[in-house]
Amino acid sequence: MAEIRFAGYGGQGIVRAAIIAGKAATIFENRFATMNQSFGPEARGGACSSQLILSDNEILYPYIITSAVLVAMSQEGYTVFEPELNEGGILLIDEDLVKPKPPRSKIKIFSVPATQIAEDLGNRIIANVVMLGFFTAITKLVSKEGMEKAVADSVPPRFKELNLTAFNKGFQHYKASK
Amino acid sequence: MKAEPKNVNTGIYYIDGDVAAGQGALAAGCRFIGGYPITPSTKAAETFAEIAPKAGAVFIQMEDELASIATIIGASYAGVKTMTITSGPGYSLMMETIGFGAMLEAPFVILNVQRGGPSTGSPTKTGQADMMQARWGSHGDYEIIAIAPESPQEMFDYAIKAFNLAEKYRCPVMIMADECVGHMTEKVVIPKADTIELATRKFYKGPKDKYLPFKPDKDLIPPMAKAGDGCNLYITGDTHNEKGYPISSQNLKTKTHKSTTRRLIDKIKLNADKIIELKEEGIEDADIIVVSYGISSRVAVKGIELAREKGIKVGSLRLITVWPFPDKKIAELAKNIKAFVIPEINYGQVVFDVERCAHGEANVVLIPHGGAGVHHPEDISDAIEYADRENKKIEKIIEWKTKLEKLIFEKGFKLKE
Repeated sequence: MAEIRFAGYGGQGIVRAAIIAGKAATIFENRFATMNQSFGPEARGGACSSQLILSDNEILYPYIITSAVLVAMSQEGYTVFEPELNEGGILLIDEDLVKPKPPRSKIKIFSVPATQIAEDLGNRIIANVVMLGFFTAITKLVSKEGMEKAVADSVPPRFKELNLTAFNKGFQHYKASK
Repeated sequence: MKAEPKNVNTGIYYIDGDVAAGQGALAAGCRFIGGYPITPSTKAAETFAEIAPKAGAVFIQMEDELASIATIIGASYAGVKTMTITSGPGYSLMMETIGFGAMLEAPFVILNVQRGGPSTGSPTKTGQADMMQARWGSHGDYEIIAIAPESPQEMFDYAIKAFNLAEKYRCPVMIMADECVGHMTEKVVIPKADTIELATRKFYKGPKDKYLPFKPDKDLIPPMAKAGDGCNLYITGDTHNEKGYPISSQNLKTKTHKSTTRRLIDKIKLNADKIIELKEEGIEDADIIVVSYGISSRVAVKGIELAREKGIKVGSLRLITVWPFPDKKIAELAKNIKAFVIPEINYGQVVFDVERCAHGEANVVLIPHGGAGVHHPEDISDAIEYADRENKKIEKIIEWKTKLEKLIFEKGFKLKE
């Protein structure tokens, strides 16, 4: 079982990112995934987080107790949820948006300029999908094939190619920087 | 009767509870929703509004909640399955008309995706503090049925169950969901239409001029006639006779009032065993039984696990239907256990009925939670441990409870945000 937290601001696709990963695990890999979200009353710009639990068995308790992975796309998200990360956890950050403290214990930090890559592709709205590619390459919690299917299935048809390109940019970023 | 294929969007989805409830309503054969959007229930209404036209159903966004509940009672009397969707503040506005619906014996469903209150409270956060309002919110004596789902799949399944119960018993049926379940995304399987069993309303088939709208059959439930079909249909919230005519206070005898209102109670109470659905786990040899409903049932699972690791014999009784309350079951269980433990996302509601039915045979421990989140599993295991350890005789219950409250509110449980 893996507990994953995505954190950022409303409008960054924080909830959408968790839905895509959850959809990949359930619909395309026939596993179990429970996604919960937390947001304020604001339509955009408020603190926002989503939690995803992946498991091979039915998920009874539906919330994170300690997370294995934190995907932080805002400084606030990092600050609030870093303490929740377990000792051997993985921290993924958008390097232009989050300046992490020196990692405690055995936490591993991986960074990607997700928003910058998305802007270079012409639309910052797909930063979450870049991040998902990066997430997939590092954590291997969900298969690349499953994620690609879930991305394609979760966006309007005319943005399918753009999103798949964004996903692969994120995926390759880790491969390239290794 | 089976569901109609045009209403059922068969498939495997990764959707949240609200969306699942909207799909469930359509699959159940709901033809009309009148509603006013309110977080965290909005997506359920949006979903229905989106999928309804293709199936020939109608969604109307009304000017407010008072109008919403009134339209669905009208739709119900027009002969169709109907529902409204709301949350805390909207639910409060509907209260008077819910009683009207109960008095008219109009079958309808209300989905209340509970949020933090009182007042506008916390729109995007969870709560379970409308449970007693569901039971007692409108004035006068009446009975309703309330179901508490704990997952998106159940939001679909129990939407269908809710419609079936409403149609069968001619009473308001509440789906008492909460923000957690409404906004939780999981895999939801929408089965094929021919596997979904639907209850049908009992319609009047006799000669039109002989129809008495409130003359019950032996099962205490009167057959309905559709408004406009030619039967004499006089309906009023006033205490009425079998014709539906109000009895003026001059002539109103206790007997008539009793025969009208008593039946609203009896048709549910006397059928309680058929209506009530419970899920029991490990209660056979339990010392402690956790009684829970809705999202708290899922949260309790982890707390129960932690307590079992410490060697405590703890079982679980989940109330799938919360109202009518399983009086007999609680009374039976109380005889053989030390205590009931009740986690609720409120400061004590369903716990009162557990206390009432325990008749002093077992202690009753509430684990309150102010809302905007759920219990931490350790809150639940700590309370289980306390109930198991501090098992004083019942005469000392007041002292015992004071001590517990101190533990909860001052020293103890680290209620996690």
